[in-house]
Amino acid sequence: MADLPENAVEGARELVTSVAGPLQPSSTGLERGWRLLDHPGLIIGALLLLSIFLLAALAGFVSPHDPLDQDLSRRLIPPIWQADDRATWVHPLGTDQLGRDYLSRLMHGARISLLIGLSTMLISGLVGAGLGILAGFFGGRIDLAVSFLVTTRLSLPVVLVALAVVSLVGSSLTVVIAVLGFLLWDRFAVVLRSATQQVRSQEYITAARAIGCSNLRILLSEVLPNVMGPLIVVATLEVAHAILLESALSFLGLGVQPPTPSWGLMVAEARGLMFFDPWLIALPGGALFVLVLAINLFGDGLRDLMAPQSRSVRDA
Amino acid sequence: MLRYALGRSGIAVLVALTVSFLTFALIHGSGDPAMGLVGEGGAQESENVRRAYGFDRPFLEQYRDWLLGAIRGDLGRSYTLRAPVAEVVAARLPTTMLLATFSLAFALALGIPLGVVAGARPKTMVDRLALALAVIGQACPAFLLALTLVFWLGVRWQLLPITGSGSWANFVMPAIALGFALMAGVTRLTRACMLDVMASDYIRTARAKGLRPGSVLFKHALRNAIVPVISLTAVQFGFMLGGSVVIETIFQIDGLGYLAWESIQRKDLPTMQAIVLILSLVYVVLTFLADMANVILNPRGRPA
Repeated sequence: MADLPENAVEGARELVTSVAGPLQPSSTGLERGWRLLDHPGLIIGALLLLSIFLLAALAGFVSPHDPLDQDLSRRLIPPIWQADDRATWVHPLGTDQLGRDYLSRLMHGARISLLIGLSTMLISGLVGAGLGILAGFFGGRIDLAVSFLVTTRLSLPVVLVALAVVSLVGSSLTVVIAVLGFLLWDRFAVVLRSATQQVRSQEYITAARAIGCSNLRILLSEVLPNVMGPLIVVATLEVAHAILLESALSFLGLGVQPPTPSWGLMVAEARGLMFFDPWLIALPGGALFVLVLAINLFGDGLRDLMAPQSRSVRDA
Repeated sequence: MLRYALGRSGIAVLVALTVSFLTFALIHGSGDPAMGLVGEGGAQESENVRRAYGFDRPFLEQYRDWLLGAIRGDLGRSYTLRAPVAEVVAARLPTTMLLATFSLAFALALGIPLGVVAGARPKTMVDRLALALAVIGQACPAFLLALTLVFWLGVRWQLLPITGSGSWANFVMPAIALGFALMAGVTRLTRACMLDVMASDYIRTARAKGLRPGSVLFKHALRNAIVPVISLTAVQFGFMLGGSVVIETIFQIDGLGYLAWESIQRKDLPTMQAIVLILSLVYVVLTFLADMANVILNPRGRPA
């Protein structure tokens, strides 16, 4: 009964099965380089992510305009690929209903998405991984308590609770990050718990204990490095999860507040114009899709790379 | 088996109680309940309301009263709808259940066959197609898919009504938008489980006996591969009820999600609490049932 309900684990099944072990497989750098080519998803994801990171990082320097600069005389200029006299290279992706440069807003929006995704992941990772590792390592009552916490957390409808709390506390970037961070730690806990359970029975743990290491020392220098693989994979996928949720909150008007450029908010703001200027929705929506796709491809690829045995058995 | 069921239901009750406390604390604690009633009124007015509604009492006492009421089926009165919350919620719940059931049906009807075929023939075109669809489904925000469907099916081609919940046609687009991510998850999980199962000895035996491939796939392999999918489905059904806020708002479907959205906008705390509580309870019950189904379908996992 100390176990999690089956289905809590099922949600993270594919991650749980990824074998816990040292990050670096025993192969030379060259071999590893070749193996990368077997994972096209990983490479595509990494390249996409890199370009989005670059766009976000450069937003302050190379974005053509101020993302908040309104100019009502220049509103709703279509992007350059549309056969329209108003389309101009000054605003390559056009302007929105308030005359703000869409390319600049998209670039700054990437920053917001990444900021929220990464900060949320840090909070939820700290909470979830901490709980999971403790539960897996000590077992017994601690495990029971953590499993109970996970089950309880899974019962709460995330979107609703996030919406309710954000609307009551008052929405801001910090509130959104905090609320999501303290809601999304469940997968960390589930995966890290089972990864730690696998590590706990290894000989090097017994050896460390035999030479008199304290629990803390074993946790930090033996367990943590050996569950790093699954931890990184979950962390990657949770960034995508957080970004998706933030976009939904912002879309409903309860996430990032205007005039801050958030992709979800941009879609919401353009909704009324959807049938006349569909590109207003297609651009931020597409950006969101590509970012989440890139992170997921990267995370999945990373998992396959780190658990080559289970992969080759499966694909045989 | 009975002991297992009793133990699990004990945990379920504990979880339900904890969830009820969290729901009450989160919503009562993050907003001033009097504010929703008074609106723009002055300090004196909100003080009066606080006293009249008992918001000045100790927190635990308020929670106890709310919980005891909830157990009797009394979830308080809605601030804005001038009706008991339980009535309002009961009126809206069926629509959301219907929507979630349609979404689920869509996800399973597409996800399981795709996953089975992909898992039985890895690295073929079908497999690649299924994986691509799954990857897309997991990366596409539901609201974006919903708007895309509205744009093409609803407006450009005028095939389906855009808003409302009057007939079954109203549910097609919302069900697809809500169920697409689950379809992706089901496809991936079914495929992964099929890969595992197809490599096992009893499938080799079944094949060696000369059973028809279809019979091997669907009668022998799927039966074992389906167990985790049932769990995933139960969990996701709960998530879908919550996620329906977004979809119901877009399509203006008169369900629980839309009600939640309205009550959040109007700071109608009792309604918000009731909806979160009910969705959590649905989840608790579903996962309990899924656990039981698992034990029945998979005797190996049965505790002694």
